[in-house]
Amino acid sequence: MSNAALAPSTAEPLLQVRGVHTFYGKIQALRGVDVDVHAGEIVTLIGANGAGKSTLMMTICGNPRAREGRVIYAGEDITDLPTHTIMAKSIAQSPEGRRIFGRMTVLENLQMGATLQDERHFDDDLRRVFTLFPRLKERATQRGGTLSGGEQQMLAIGRALMSRPKLLLLDEPSLGLAPLIVKQIFDVIRELNRNEGLTVFLVEQNAFHALRLAHRGYVMVNGAITMSGTGRELLAREEVRSAYLEGGAH
Amino acid sequence: MEYFLQQLINGITLGSIYGLIAIGYTMVYGIIGMINFAHGEIFMIGSFIALTAFLALAALGITFLPLVLLIILIVAMVFTALWGWSIERVAYRPLRGSFRLAPLITAIGMSIFLQNFVQVTQGARVKPLPPQVTGGITLIDQGGTVVQISYMQLIIIATTTVLMIGFSFLISRTSLGRQQRACEQDQKMASLLGVNVDRTISLTFVMGACLAAVAGLMYLLYYGVIDFYIGFLAGVKAFTAAVLGGIGSLPGAMLGGLAIGLIETFWSGYFSVEYKDVAAFSILVIVLIFMPSGLLGRPEVEKV
Repeated sequence: MSNAALAPSTAEPLLQVRGVHTFYGKIQALRGVDVDVHAGEIVTLIGANGAGKSTLMMTICGNPRAREGRVIYAGEDITDLPTHTIMAKSIAQSPEGRRIFGRMTVLENLQMGATLQDERHFDDDLRRVFTLFPRLKERATQRGGTLSGGEQQMLAIGRALMSRPKLLLLDEPSLGLAPLIVKQIFDVIRELNRNEGLTVFLVEQNAFHALRLAHRGYVMVNGAITMSGTGRELLAREEVRSAYLEGGAH
Repeated sequence: MEYFLQQLINGITLGSIYGLIAIGYTMVYGIIGMINFAHGEIFMIGSFIALTAFLALAALGITFLPLVLLIILIVAMVFTALWGWSIERVAYRPLRGSFRLAPLITAIGMSIFLQNFVQVTQGARVKPLPPQVTGGITLIDQGGTVVQISYMQLIIIATTTVLMIGFSFLISRTSLGRQQRACEQDQKMASLLGVNVDRTISLTFVMGACLAAVAGLMYLLYYGVIDFYIGFLAGVKAFTAAVLGGIGSLPGAMLGGLAIGLIETFWSGYFSVEYKDVAAFSILVIVLIFMPSGLLGRPEVEKV
């Protein structure tokens, strides 16, 4: 694939994370993180387990809240807004661990995803998700808890798309899935970005696939960003290769 | 046989009232995992509001009974809901995220406070209300043995049935019900989908209080006397019903309410009135030994 579609650096980024510090009680999880995501980009954040990647995703959504620093979305400071208000600004997250409502059907999970949307769009949005993930259509009346890991991941992404987001936060969509399913999911993300201009901020441990998919990437170590650059640049860096790609390039 | 039928009718009536209260316990438990011990007092306040409204309407000269009952139903639901909402706001919300026992302790404190508040403001004496709905339908009349269902019992059973159907529909089919179930399963995820979790919890208290208000009105009309203390025993019974049915389960609360009502009535009818509470609680113990999560409850551990 080509990484030619780099976003213009002159325009203001859709999402700006500026000097964010986040704590869990007394434990500091993020230490002054700066991240930019421009409209139309796929940006990935890679790093080891426990580096603070998911914490950053959740801090953007206001839970936990940043103790220092700002989160700015579409020019508006959203740092101190309650989570449900932040999500109403056309941000959606498919979180770590997928968090499917196990006792609800697939359809109900998708309806929950459309909580913030006008009911009139529902049928169209549902059709769109079922086109992207035909498997979900077959499983529509089944309970979320009975789906396989891959199907749950599709449902988590589908649910996030039901709110018609401009910015999609994707936390480790490849975790624990077979390579074929990972490819399928990454293809969908690429397709959404190309065809609809969806902006994606992707957290991954699977650095090889993530960096190939993304326009730009950041590397996080111990709650701080240590490297950034285009996906290709990072893939070529020796530090990245040795730390995150050893044996991962399948 | 006639005696049995009569007891059955009485038991279902009593069980309906318990069931309505039990739903408040089970819903609040489902969404924030806490037993709202003040819920019995909400029911008691509901009956006091209903009585006050009765007296006010009588003073205004409105006596057409169906109209009076309708107005009182609405007034009791609205004001009791306001109490339920305020209690959550004042006593439970500030403690969210605190250790599990904290809201339980404030709930007990709230319960004691409400009892004393009503005792001080309304007086400790029992408040009577003359029978409003009289008469009934005689189902069987065989030389002395009469099986009768009173109009009041009919009203109670019918209202409860309608409320239950409406309520089940609300929870299972509407967007609000879905949001409630989502909060029940995963509050963090619900908020990530744009659900205002605090508002949903408030609404849960409001709904529970509305149903308790209906129960309070029914109790007032059925027994004709209330006092500041009726919330305690009714609350304990309804809580028992919720646990018996499986706490967190709506059909369970209704089934548990019916079960407790029937056990109590049949025990009183065939054995002794004095030991009816012992019978109800003994059945609870026995059921919980064999089915720790209640009749329709989910086991605590589940595969995700």
